[in-house]
Amino acid sequence: MSENMLEIDGLTHSYGDHTVLEKMSLRVPRGELVSIVGPSGCGKSTLLRCIAGLVRPTGGRVVLDGTAIDGVPDELAVVFQDYSRSLLPWLTVRDNVALPLRRRGGSRAERRAAAEEALTSVGLDGAGRKYPWQLSGGMQQRVSIARALAYRPSLLLMDEPFGSVDAQTREDLEDLVLRVHRDEGMTILLVTHDIDESVYVGDRVVVLGRDPGGVRAELPVHLPAPRDQTTTRAHPDFVSLRTEVSTLVRGAAAPTKTVVHE
Amino acid sequence: MSTATVERPPAAEPARRGRRRLLGALSGIAQVWLLVLLVIAWELVTRAVDDEFFPPPSAILPALRDMWFSGPAGDLFLTEKARADFGPSFRNLFLGWGLAGVIGVAGGVLIGRSRALGHLVEPVLHFLRSVPPPTLIPFLLALLDLGTQMQVATIVFGVVWPVLLNTIDGVRSVDRLQLETARVFGITGWLRMRRVILPSAAPKIFAGLRVSLGFALILMVISELVGAGQGIGAHILLAQQAFEIPQMWGGIVLLGVLGCLFNLVFALVERRALAWHDNARRND
Repeated sequence: MSENMLEIDGLTHSYGDHTVLEKMSLRVPRGELVSIVGPSGCGKSTLLRCIAGLVRPTGGRVVLDGTAIDGVPDELAVVFQDYSRSLLPWLTVRDNVALPLRRRGGSRAERRAAAEEALTSVGLDGAGRKYPWQLSGGMQQRVSIARALAYRPSLLLMDEPFGSVDAQTREDLEDLVLRVHRDEGMTILLVTHDIDESVYVGDRVVVLGRDPGGVRAELPVHLPAPRDQTTTRAHPDFVSLRTEVSTLVRGAAAPTKTVVHE
Repeated sequence: MSTATVERPPAAEPARRGRRRLLGALSGIAQVWLLVLLVIAWELVTRAVDDEFFPPPSAILPALRDMWFSGPAGDLFLTEKARADFGPSFRNLFLGWGLAGVIGVAGGVLIGRSRALGHLVEPVLHFLRSVPPPTLIPFLLALLDLGTQMQVATIVFGVVWPVLLNTIDGVRSVDRLQLETARVFGITGWLRMRRVILPSAAPKIFAGLRVSLGFALILMVISELVGAGQGIGAHILLAQQAFEIPQMWGGIVLLGVLGCLFNLVFALVERRALAWHDNARRND
């Protein structure tokens, strides 16, 4: 078995006549945190949904841990952008986190303990008995992250996870992802449309283009660890890298066909 | 990690909440006063008209009390007649409504979750639903004889539709992201039904059950008017035949009060069970 956690080969997906992804290929080594960035309509979300097994691609294949994906893989968790719809409002925060653990067996007490532990690790100790709608948006997204962590996935997918929280909360959550990645060592794919974010959190930035969607560039990120919101963002390497990614994304957004976008 | 303290949960301002509560109390008082005024008007008009068929409330209420609520304190003031009348009525009502609820939810889940089955049976459902339930009484009478079976069957057939159709709609309109979340986290089968699909459909199921409860009361009375010999509906019919007009009106008033009471209790239960629904929507 190769050291790649994820191998994507010739992935193609169309909705009717519209081809979103065309012959896209990507390798993700185990334990890497990959940022996927691109203009809107480049198929970022479709890519993630193909990996998650929620969408069956029209062509190509996705191999996870040596096995071609057919249906939702067991060892995978997703943090969706829309936490308010992804968390179940009729369950408490703790039950939301504990529910997916049912298939792993174990007693009710064990599941609850695991849920509390995950909540503590995202800074939400004591919030378990509340309902998601009693929490702020940032805290709800922390619950989503705790739910994914408690599930102990080997691959974590994040679909624009911080797209609907304010700037301060966003920075806190980015640091949370970095810490989780460092502590748990899981492989993470984070889709974002925020160029700074892609550079700040990623070990590698993958730039997607559109019409047709595919990988335009892959840039390794070598920034001094640990990363810090103030010093890292002021680092010359960060600045030049974000400029490079920005140029690539703009270039990728320039349509090769005549397409009208809002 | 201490950054969580920066984010504060949204809290309604106390001033606004206080004003809302005051407005609620005022409108409650206004409602009670309107009711009192209407009863007074009823009393004055019926006295002025002085018609045997329209006794004033001051004649109806004593009749009501003497018939049903003048029993010993140990029996909650219920008389012998009260138990003979209410017993069969309530049993039919709740048996019929309960059965309709179980059948409606179970059938709705099956039909709602299976596209093929839904496609197949929907035209039939809409036809059956359109048949006015009382028209079935002659048929059910021929099939089941007078009595509990016929009455319960009438109620079940009449009130199963709102529950069934609302359940179908509810289990079909589960949020796509909630279903995808369940798929990603391996929540399947009965667990998914119990923890994701049914709670998500619960607001619609409750709405169906509430409509059904109102219909069930109506059908209970109708089935008793057809000559059941017992129950509140039968009492109204017998009182009318015996020309005991205040007693007949007593039955009518009692049914109105019962209808309100059932609705109130149901609303309380619903509000408790669906607290997450109201709150989640308010904070959106």
